[in-house]
Amino acid sequence: MFNSYRENTLRYDRDLCINCGMCLAVCPHGVFEPDGKAVKLARPSACMECGACQVNCPPMAIAVDSGVGCAAAMIMAALKGRKLDDKDACTCGEQTETCCS
Amino acid sequence: MPGPKNTDNILPTSSQLTFRDHLDHLAARFRIRRGKHRVAPGLYALGSPTADSPVFVSANYTLSFDALRSVLKGLDAYILVLNTHGINVWCAAGKGTFGTDELVNKIEETGLKDVVHHRSLILPQLAAPGVAAHTVRKRSGFKVEYGPVRAADLSDYLKTHQATPEMRRVRFPLKDRAVLFPVELVGTFLPLAIAVVAVYFLAGLSPALATASAILAGIILFPLLLPWLPFKDFSVKGFILGLIVTLPFSLAIALGQPRDWVSLLSAVLLLLILPPVTAFITLNFTGSTVFTSRSGVKREIYAYIPIMAILFGSGILLTLTLRVYLWVGRL
Repeated sequence: MFNSYRENTLRYDRDLCINCGMCLAVCPHGVFEPDGKAVKLARPSACMECGACQVNCPPMAIAVDSGVGCAAAMIMAALKGRKLDDKDACTCGEQTETCCS
Repeated sequence: MPGPKNTDNILPTSSQLTFRDHLDHLAARFRIRRGKHRVAPGLYALGSPTADSPVFVSANYTLSFDALRSVLKGLDAYILVLNTHGINVWCAAGKGTFGTDELVNKIEETGLKDVVHHRSLILPQLAAPGVAAHTVRKRSGFKVEYGPVRAADLSDYLKTHQATPEMRRVRFPLKDRAVLFPVELVGTFLPLAIAVVAVYFLAGLSPALATASAILAGIILFPLLLPWLPFKDFSVKGFILGLIVTLPFSLAIALGQPRDWVSLLSAVLLLLILPPVTAFITLNFTGSTVFTSRSGVKREIYAYIPIMAILFGSGILLTLTLRVYLWVGRL
């Protein structure tokens, strides 16, 4: 109950995995684990959709709709008439005003 | 051993943080000179590096750069500082400014290939959302190695160049949560003061104090109590916290003098208006945490913002109606 974070957009195709181990190195939440000839999706619900694994997966076995889980940025984007999950919702470091520093 | 070739564009730095550096960090934590805590991008020499010395990559935010160089005591190394517009490594990686293109450009710009013999870079793990290691290698010839999440683990990491699973995990301990609220407090001080003064003149001292408490609970108590507040959703955690903080004020108003229906109604209205305010503040804290996914935050926004708006709006409307009614009755 009251858990909006149980599901996320992370998808993993084990058949494409080349076992390079990059996802194991870059994931900050231990979502992947070694498992013989390919890695396994061990803790999918811990994924925060940062996109590090997808970006660093050479055979593109991982897909995730990545973005910054920041309500302040998303609400601001919505107020400015843009989409809530606008890719550029976070405006930190643009112009003179910065936020997440 | 041959020394570096083109040393003219290499900037000097040290692992020793000065009083000025600490002052700059304090200012950053208190939102003073926001966006100005920047280091000039480029290649830095720490100690007396040679062509075989390791190359670390960092962001041009003073807190990021200083966290790195301060743990490299006694080491001779190069630090390649990317232009992330004064933003920390993780946020900049999420935006792509600490990214593959910027890294490849900086390698070219600084002539790194002529400075070092090896072709290896050590990046903070949290740069990974912006940097595709295999693409960097293809475009620049440099192999990207992801170091640990925390600079503090770097010296242990460098012994073997293997990170333990613990070094790879991002944590959000009390210390990290506690340093966040000064920034939030300074940022919300003006609206907070206006709200409290407005409530004071509209409804009196107790409701004004209750308003201040509900807002400050969202800014200060929430980050500290985060792991212990029930449920996963930030809005729900915040609503419960707001309710707990407002309740004593409500009871004091309801049970105080004059003990009439106006006091009772005012007490109930307070419980209608303030918890959504706390919840809204705490939902906005999601961006400062280390684990909220965008799809989850989006679900929270759709699920709870309408409820917050209805509770808060109807509470304000009823309060104004009550005030007008009492004012008319006095005529």
